[in-house]
Amino acid sequence: MNKNCPAKYNPWMHYFAIATAITTFLLLGLGGLVTSHEAGMSVPDWPNTYGYNMFLFPIGKWVGGVFYEHTHRLLASAVGLLTVVLAVWLWLRDVRRWMGQLGVVAVLLVIAQGVLGGLRVRWHMDNLGVFHGTVAQVFFILVCALALLTSRWWLQLSAERNWVSVPAGLRSLFVATTVLIFLQLMLGATMRHQHAGLAIRDFPLAYGQWWPDTSPEAMARYNSQRVEVVAETPVTAFQIVLQMFHRLGALAIFLAVTLCAWQARRQLGRRDGLARMAAAWHGLLILQIGLGIETLHSNKAADIATLHVMIGALSLVTGALWCVIAFRRSVATPKLAGNRANSGELNCPAVLALGGK
Amino acid sequence: MNKILSILAVGMVGACSAVSAADIIGTVTYKGAAPAEKTITPILDDPTCGASYNGKAPTTHFYAVGANGEFGDVIVSLKDTTGSTGASAAPAVMDQKACLYTPTILTVQTGQKLIVKNSDPVLHNVHLNPTVAENEKANEASINAAQMPNGADLNYSFVKPEKFLKFQCDVHPWMFAWVTIVDSPYYSQTGADGKFVIKNVPPGKYTIVANHRKAGEKTQDIEVKDASVTINFTFEPK
Repeated sequence: MNKNCPAKYNPWMHYFAIATAITTFLLLGLGGLVTSHEAGMSVPDWPNTYGYNMFLFPIGKWVGGVFYEHTHRLLASAVGLLTVVLAVWLWLRDVRRWMGQLGVVAVLLVIAQGVLGGLRVRWHMDNLGVFHGTVAQVFFILVCALALLTSRWWLQLSAERNWVSVPAGLRSLFVATTVLIFLQLMLGATMRHQHAGLAIRDFPLAYGQWWPDTSPEAMARYNSQRVEVVAETPVTAFQIVLQMFHRLGALAIFLAVTLCAWQARRQLGRRDGLARMAAAWHGLLILQIGLGIETLHSNKAADIATLHVMIGALSLVTGALWCVIAFRRSVATPKLAGNRANSGELNCPAVLALGGK
Repeated sequence: MNKILSILAVGMVGACSAVSAADIIGTVTYKGAAPAEKTITPILDDPTCGASYNGKAPTTHFYAVGANGEFGDVIVSLKDTTGSTGASAAPAVMDQKACLYTPTILTVQTGQKLIVKNSDPVLHNVHLNPTVAENEKANEASINAAQMPNGADLNYSFVKPEKFLKFQCDVHPWMFAWVTIVDSPYYSQTGADGKFVIKNVPPGKYTIVANHRKAGEKTQDIEVKDASVTINFTFEPK
């Protein structure tokens, strides 16, 4: 393998990266189900499961919350395995050295993520659950990026130079909006790991007001009236303020994504792939806000709340990948490798040898 | 001879205390409409748990209010009293039956043994959420403990007073119980009739506190002499 050659499209590696990304997405959803069902502590030990090796835990005991937590652990093991295989593959077969390094980062992240999840159980620390939820999002972005970077489309984009550069201002707008979504997901993870159900139930008002009273008297009143079947924990003023910021964050993100979609269409043209992607992003945000409202109306039904987590993750990854593509389109292709490769000087295979145009 | 005199002296002091101590009795009522309880519908989704209910799920019972406002599950205690007799008191027992904790509100003294049973044919995890660090440390080994069907009892003991320490099962997320830990024997918990009795209170001035997990706290100042004292509490919606 000549490291000076441009990357060659490897369809199986690409499919494998896609499979890793999809499995990670499902894992995120299963993690959402764990918190939606308040099942995070339903398996008291780790890495064992009720004293069994987790892979040998009898199916008959996968009951109630144990089902969600145990399957989450099993799927996480599968994602860990897929990530290690992908990383080794990238390291050995991808000529882009930095791709191998990204694979190593993915392995480190997935290990850290597993340990965080385990320690959250062992140490009974809800705050670790917030980090667990946040690292999950970062890891999901990374594996989706690996799927993108191993795609024929990406390599073609790198090989060709006839694309329109994305203006710096537009890129900055998308980066800022994506960061905003990331912060919003951290807020959401914090809310989920408070285990207090819904701190505010009404919408668009909050306890009948645009900004709810959080005085000690008001909190005592809210809690005395609150009757929950699950997550029966008194709500605090902090949790109410947290949800208010989450609502305001949703509004800010919606406006920002609307602006992004409009500007992308205006500056790149409506037929441009990135403009279309931004339009799809806008659609995802509308869906996400609808799910957020329905989470309130359904009294945080587990399936709705979990979908809210999953679409949130998709929204974040869409913004992140948009930025990656936009930056790629704004950086000139290294001439040397391409020219030397094309001239046959390095004895390189064709850039898109397998399935390329 | 000295030993006999000592025994007699202790006996006389004890007798004098018994004479001079008095009971505090009273009733707690809830005036007004309590928040509506909710049906625990998820309990029917679990085949084993649901089998106990013949398709009719139980409800929460956060407000145990009788027909005439008798208010149950209120913990009445004397503020800032110490002298726990928990170490010699009979163990308190909490069971898991038909996938619910029984009882859901319980009061124990510091040092008193609390036994948690599992009478269900299904596994539970007993997960404590102490807010007092010493209580967490004292029960570290069983803070989130698996309990197999009809498995061995779990034992707990607490070292510091704490209000409404939450017990929960994460396998069945509707299962909760709240244990209040007091530091003296001068406490009582109202039953379905809303009545309470705090026995053998030495003479003196006290602040008596009535605590309900949802309805909050009420206090009154009282003086105990050598006769029973009656004191009542009334809670209302906030």
